[in-house]
Amino acid sequence: MSHEGAEAAGLPTAGEPVDLEALVADLHELAQARVAEHAASVDAEARFPIEAFDALREARLLSAYVPRELGGMGLTLAELCRLCEVLGGYDASVAMIFAMHQIQVACIVHHALDSAHWRGFLRELSERQLLLASATTELGIGGDVRRSRCAVEDRGDGSFRLEKHAPVISYGEHADCILVTARRAREASESDQVHVLVRREHTVLEKLRDREGKEIEWDTLGFRGTCSPGFRLEATGPLDDVLPVPYADIHAKSMHPVSHCTWAALWLGIATDAVRIARGVVRKQARRTPGEMPPAALRLAELDTALMGMHSTVWQVIEEVQRRLDDHPEGPFPSDPRFSIRINNLKVRASEQVVEIVGRAMLIGGISAYRNDSGESLGRHLRDAHGAAIMVNNDRILGQNAAIQLMLRGRR
Amino acid sequence: MRLDEIREIVGTHGRLPCDVGELAPESNLYEAGLSSLTTVHIMLALEDHFDVEFPEAMLGRQTFESLLSIDEAVAELLE
Repeated sequence: MSHEGAEAAGLPTAGEPVDLEALVADLHELAQARVAEHAASVDAEARFPIEAFDALREARLLSAYVPRELGGMGLTLAELCRLCEVLGGYDASVAMIFAMHQIQVACIVHHALDSAHWRGFLRELSERQLLLASATTELGIGGDVRRSRCAVEDRGDGSFRLEKHAPVISYGEHADCILVTARRAREASESDQVHVLVRREHTVLEKLRDREGKEIEWDTLGFRGTCSPGFRLEATGPLDDVLPVPYADIHAKSMHPVSHCTWAALWLGIATDAVRIARGVVRKQARRTPGEMPPAALRLAELDTALMGMHSTVWQVIEEVQRRLDDHPEGPFPSDPRFSIRINNLKVRASEQVVEIVGRAMLIGGISAYRNDSGESLGRHLRDAHGAAIMVNNDRILGQNAAIQLMLRGRR
Repeated sequence: MRLDEIREIVGTHGRLPCDVGELAPESNLYEAGLSSLTTVHIMLALEDHFDVEFPEAMLGRQTFESLLSIDEAVAELLE
C-alpha cells in the first residue's frame, strides 16, 4: 500500500466509518510488497524488520488505535486484531512488534484521554508515527508483571528517575518510547505500581551480561525479529509522563486483555498461513496425479476443522473484550474472575492450537514444508509458533487460573 | 481453438457418463453428470493447461456449468 493508495482506499477520514475490508485489502497489499520478501532475512539475521515498519509508518498504521480527533485511525480493538491476524500470515515477528506497540497505545488511549498532556502525546505519536515498546518483567520478581522492584524516584523538580533490570525488552533499541511498570515511589510496596512513559533520548539501555561479562543477545528459535534481549534501563523524564491511574486498572482493562487478544489473533494468522501453504502442496500433488485425490487432501480437510476451532476460540474472546470495552468506555472494568480466566484460557489454548496446526500442516506439506529452501517451508512458522507458549509462559498463566478456579462458586 | 482444448480437458478429467464430443457448448455439464469432485480436477487441469489461477470468487457452480461458461472464465483469466 503506497501512502497515496492508503488514503484512497482503506484509510478513513474524519467522520467516516472505517472500511475494514478495504483496510485489510490494503494491508495485504502492503505486506506482500514490503513485509513478506524480508521475512526470511529478518529471521535469519534476528534483526529488527526495518522495511516493514517503514511501510507501516507510511501507511500511518502505528496510530491505528489512536482516536481520529488526535490524528489516528480510531480503530476498535476487534479491527486492530484483524490487522494483527493479517500481519501474522506474512511475518510473525512484524506482527508481534505491531501488536506489542498497539497494546501500549491502548494503555494510554483507555486510561489517559482526559489528560491534555496525554492527548498531546497521542497527537505526537500520530504525527511522528512513534513506536512504543514495553518493559514489565523484572529480574528478581520471577516473571510476575503485577509486582515491581524498580521505583519512580521523584527528584523534587517535577522530574523522575527510574532504573529497571528487565530480562526482556522487545525491540527496546528500536522503539521511540518505552512504557515501564514501576512502584509508585521508593517507599511503595511491590504491587503498588504505576505505568511510566520514557523516551528513548532520555533512556540508557545496556544489554544484560552473562557471568563472563559478555552481552546476552537475542538468539532464539522463533520470533527472532522481535529483538528481545534483557536490558538495564535507566531513564529520566517529567512526572507528567506517569500515567494518571494505577497500573492495576491499566492491567485489568488494557494490558492483560489487549495483549492476549492481539497475540492470539496474530498466532491465528500464523496457523492460517501454514494451512494455506499445506493446501498449495496438496494442490501440486493433485496436479501430478490427474483425476485422483491425493491422500493428504483428507488430512488437509481435517486440519481445516482444527483451524476453524482456533478461529472460533480467538474471535469469541476478542468479541467479548470488544463488547466489554463498548460497555465501559470510561473507568475500570468491573471485577469478574471468570473474565480473567477466559482471557488466560485464550492465551493458553491459542498458543497450543497454533503449534498443533502448524505441526500438522508440516506433516501434510511433507518434505517441501520441512525443507528450509523450498518455497513451501514451514520452518519459520513452526519456530515462531512455539514462541507463543514460551515467550509468556503458559504455566504461569495456568497458575493464575488455578488460584481463581478455587474462588469460583455456584453453577453456570 | 480454445473451446476444443476445454472440451478435451473436460473429457479427460470430467468422468462424464456421456461423450463430451457430443455436448453443445451451452449444455449443462452438471446435468451431464459432472460432480463437485471432478470439477476440482478439471479446474487443476485448466490451470495447468492455460497457466492461469482461478480466484475463489470464480469457483462457483456457474463457472463450470458448461463448456461455454468455462471458456468465458478462462478468457477472463487470460486477459
